[in-house]
Amino acid sequence: MVPVLAADDLGPGEARRVVIGAHPVAIFHAEGQFYAIDDTCTHQDASLSEGWLEGCLVECPLHASCFDLRTGAVTAPPAREPVRSYHVEISDGMVSVDLDRTRSDP
Amino acid sequence: VTGGPTAVVVGASLAGLSTVRALRDQGFDGRVVLVGEEPHAPYDRPPLSKGYLTGVDSLAKIALTDDTELDALDVDRRFGTRATGFRAADRAVVIGADELVADLVVLATGSRPRPLPALGTLPGVHQLRNLTDSEALRAALRPGVRLVIVGAGFIGSEVASSARTLGADVTVLELLDVPLSVPLGDQIGTICASLHAANGVDLRTGVGVKALVGKERVTGIELTDSSVVDADVVLVAVGAVPVTEWLVGSGLTIDNGVLTDAFGLTSVPGVAAVGDIARVAGPWTVEPTRVEHWTNALEGPARAVAALLNGPGDVPAARAPYFWSDQYGATIQFAGHREPTDVVRVVEGDPESGSFVAVYEDGDRTSAVVAVNASRTFTQLRRRLVPHHAEVTA
Repeated sequence: MVPVLAADDLGPGEARRVVIGAHPVAIFHAEGQFYAIDDTCTHQDASLSEGWLEGCLVECPLHASCFDLRTGAVTAPPAREPVRSYHVEISDGMVSVDLDRTRSDP
Repeated sequence: VTGGPTAVVVGASLAGLSTVRALRDQGFDGRVVLVGEEPHAPYDRPPLSKGYLTGVDSLAKIALTDDTELDALDVDRRFGTRATGFRAADRAVVIGADELVADLVVLATGSRPRPLPALGTLPGVHQLRNLTDSEALRAALRPGVRLVIVGAGFIGSEVASSARTLGADVTVLELLDVPLSVPLGDQIGTICASLHAANGVDLRTGVGVKALVGKERVTGIELTDSSVVDADVVLVAVGAVPVTEWLVGSGLTIDNGVLTDAFGLTSVPGVAAVGDIARVAGPWTVEPTRVEHWTNALEGPARAVAALLNGPGDVPAARAPYFWSDQYGATIQFAGHREPTDVVRVVEGDPESGSFVAVYEDGDRTSAVVAVNASRTFTQLRRRLVPHHAEVTA
């Protein structure tokens, strides 16, 4: 688990790009939960943290691909490959991300 | 699928593929035929002037779909097949000696580069629309090769940028005093044009071209002032024209594209036009306009299909027109539609710094937004734009 930001620093509907190791990750605060997905769109190089958040879906700011924050699945083209949605924990007010576990892992 | 209704989609690029997806998404369970002139399954064209041209993106990377998806969509693929005619009243698509008669026809044959016949033609002169064009241009671009690009629009500018990364020596000739001044206005057009000089490209504005120079292959291009610019390779990138010659005599109204209502419906029931070919009476422009943007080909078909299947009553409003361009490492984004009388106001950053957002205003109405390397704010403002007028139906 890598602590990435204080939960209070990311308001509802906000997103931020963080880099864990060399890996860009987008942290979202959506519908009362924190989510962590690959920041780079699988279609072409774009930062999903700069995208448009609608519920638990984020739309890529460049070419309108949509991903579900909960699963990383593509919900609208042109992207064809999912991003990964990572395991997130909140403790002592800090949001931490585990790049070795996906969100759906038990 | 046998029996039931048939839909024929003519044109197998982004607009055609998006149409097929929309038909199935919206519950059309009849036969779907996708006719495409090129032998390939649909692929993405924007990389043809960028990553595919430089060799960074593979063919697999720019594929828009694959056999698994097309099989799941249950689409009868007719690639490498050119539609030669159309009888709108019968909804009959003519393919040489054959015909496909359908209940629904969606026209999506797109556009092709505008020719400059006055220049003549010689080996070494290129235009860019498809995979073959991009591959031919890539093969011609080597370090030190002198590339002259006619037209400093988005294609010309992106190729200039790509050619620099391949080591070519690039000159861009632009007829207008300010490149991209029609979509962007003089102020923002000037800012974007400054990227050329900053990256070692010789941009010459207010320059007309007269003729190609060379015998067996091009060696230069003569300008209207009779001076000659030496060239090993020439790219003519002066806009696009809709591919409508196959629709002459079809019964549809053809006038710089196929005239449609705000949804893409033509005057003939059961026939729609989408993508570059459609000249849409949309809410963003005063006059019906062809929208050549990639996003229009991605998003427009779902609205046209909804209107075809269920009438225009419940079709969601169109989003503001949107395009982007990647040049010299900068991402330029634009949404909405600018009229010449709109006023530009920078709302974030500084054009001099290489990262800024500006809006275009028509009185109280924000008509458009442009950003360079500032997609977060752009993404927000893009959704607050107000169209010129309400949508009108056919």
